[in-house]
Amino acid sequence: MKFARLIALALLALVLAAGCSKESETLKIGAVLSVTGPASFLGEPEKNTLMMLQDEINAKGGVDGRKLEIIVYDDESDVNKCVMAAKKLLEQDKVAAVIGPSISGNTLAIMKSFSQAQVPLVSCAASEKIISPVDPWVFNTPQLDRHAVLKILQDFKKKGYSKVAILTVSDGYGQSGRAVLQELIPAQGMTLAADEVYGPKDTDMTAQLTKIKAAGPDAIVCWGTNPGPAVVARNRVQLGIDTPLYMSHGVASKKFIELAGDAAQGIVLPAGRLALIDQVPDNHPQKAVLVAYRDMYAKKYNAPVSTFGGYAWDGLQLVLNAVKAGKSALPKDIRDNLEKTKDFAATTGLYTYSPANHNGLDESAFVMVVIDKGDWKVAE
Amino acid sequence: MDLASLLQFAISGLTVGATYGLTALGFTIIFNTTGVINFAQGEFVMLGGMMSVFAMRALGLPEPAAVALAVTATVIVGALVERLAIRPVSGRPAMDLVIITIGVSILARGLAMLVWGKDTFALPPFSGDTPLPFLGAALMPQSLWVLAISLGLLAGLKYFFSATLTGKAMLACSFDAKAASLVGIGVRRMVLLSFMISAFVGAVGGAILAPLTMTSYDVGVLLGLKGFAACILGGLGNPFGAAVGGLILGVLESLGAGLVSSAYKDALAFVILLALLFVRPQGLFGKPESKRV
Repeated sequence: MKFARLIALALLALVLAAGCSKESETLKIGAVLSVTGPASFLGEPEKNTLMMLQDEINAKGGVDGRKLEIIVYDDESDVNKCVMAAKKLLEQDKVAAVIGPSISGNTLAIMKSFSQAQVPLVSCAASEKIISPVDPWVFNTPQLDRHAVLKILQDFKKKGYSKVAILTVSDGYGQSGRAVLQELIPAQGMTLAADEVYGPKDTDMTAQLTKIKAAGPDAIVCWGTNPGPAVVARNRVQLGIDTPLYMSHGVASKKFIELAGDAAQGIVLPAGRLALIDQVPDNHPQKAVLVAYRDMYAKKYNAPVSTFGGYAWDGLQLVLNAVKAGKSALPKDIRDNLEKTKDFAATTGLYTYSPANHNGLDESAFVMVVIDKGDWKVAE
Repeated sequence: MDLASLLQFAISGLTVGATYGLTALGFTIIFNTTGVINFAQGEFVMLGGMMSVFAMRALGLPEPAAVALAVTATVIVGALVERLAIRPVSGRPAMDLVIITIGVSILARGLAMLVWGKDTFALPPFSGDTPLPFLGAALMPQSLWVLAISLGLLAGLKYFFSATLTGKAMLACSFDAKAASLVGIGVRRMVLLSFMISAFVGAVGGAILAPLTMTSYDVGVLLGLKGFAACILGGLGNPFGAAVGGLILGVLESLGAGLVSSAYKDALAFVILLALLFVRPQGLFGKPESKRV
């Protein structure tokens, strides 16, 4: 009788030990992304990128001998579903860190639960509210509007422009850009000559441009996503305005050039290096990772890489780098080591996190490009 | 504000206004025959533009042929809408039919999104895109096309409704369908015809606008709304009023953006519309409603 109990106990201990050792061999990373719904253009490439990396890394032996398991939930671009998914990742799946969400609103909605659960969150959304004020457990990977505006204003300084007109779209993207422009243009010693707005569905911006023309600025900055900026570009040519036109990184895609047609000629904008891999010099620290990402993605999905997928790539690589640096997959250690990240080359830029900076990028994540004969050209 | 700028606001206002006016015309034609507001009118405009783009891209047709094909196809869609969605429930109150047209518009938009995706597309301008200087303002050749074709359509419709037997028969149907059928008018045929004509007007509008404003699966929503507002402004049921209502709305928006604030241009135009309706509920060119007791 006693003997049988002893054996049973020993067996139980064995099973538990086996369970434990198996647990420690797997590194569980969660992700909550907008794979479907209106924001699917963000979430889909992000999910594809994470799945691709999971297979690739496991095929090469995992992370420091641990098998990588990525659990992806789709929030359908819906904030309620995102909150539920985050809860599930934290309470049931017990992940070591989470990548995502894809959009700012969803990130803001779940941030608090991560600091409560003490699990690091690396968001793929760009709003400044995510990282300012700094929440010790929340990081993000995209470039901020501030970096794009600074890059544009540096270009203005170089060219001696001081009177700037802005034309922004009246949606979330445009209004966030407008606020930063309104703040930084005077701060950089320039004057805001005109501040015009257009609606996301507007099809004619000649009235705004005529008003801007009358103000006589040195340069015009338009802040929006397709198709508005293409209309602005066309209207500008139609009105015969030869003031230089700058765009935001929101239109750094071939689609914009297609829509604006000949009117795109000479437009200048800040773009991430992922949009112009071939023009990045070979000795640039990002070159290798950019080429690797593009080739891997093309091989697996037979599709071009997008900036958004890059945010997820960067988020995961930053977390894995923190795991390797600290030789620990405990959420707290991952957080501490994320904060020590220095000059980590990824697809969006070189990340340097610190306790005061959880975005990690600066304006050098952008390159100024000029559109010439239907293609991008680095404008240095 | 100098004269050239004012002229520029007027020109862009008239061009945008012509787009509202064309949509408003489509509303008027169906309303005149059936007493129904067809909220799928904006979708006809969208189909005209999107099908032109895809006839050019996918079939490689030259632009005039692509536009002709798109317009024909949209007219067929208009006929199908009447046969499949409106006729089976004919005799129901007008409000029911209005709700059905809203359903049709959602369906058409959804299908367009599935087939052509969510992207925006541009059509090349009919005759180049070198702006013509006009008293210091810039005038696009395409704007002239839009204004000329809109005026042509308006004149044609005016003639059709007031001088042809078929046109008069269609008007008769809207006054009293039963009486019209008693005097030997094929009411069903007239309703079918009205859907085809308004699909034609919408599709032509969509095709001539696409080079200026670009097109996507969801352009119909806003155009439908603005076109409807133009109809009300001009007086519901009056083709001339619809066209002029559209032009006025366009110019108001453009002047609002140029002279007051571009952030409030839509609000401004609609505030003026509301104010006008308080004073003249029948619209600018509508006849006051009177009931005989």
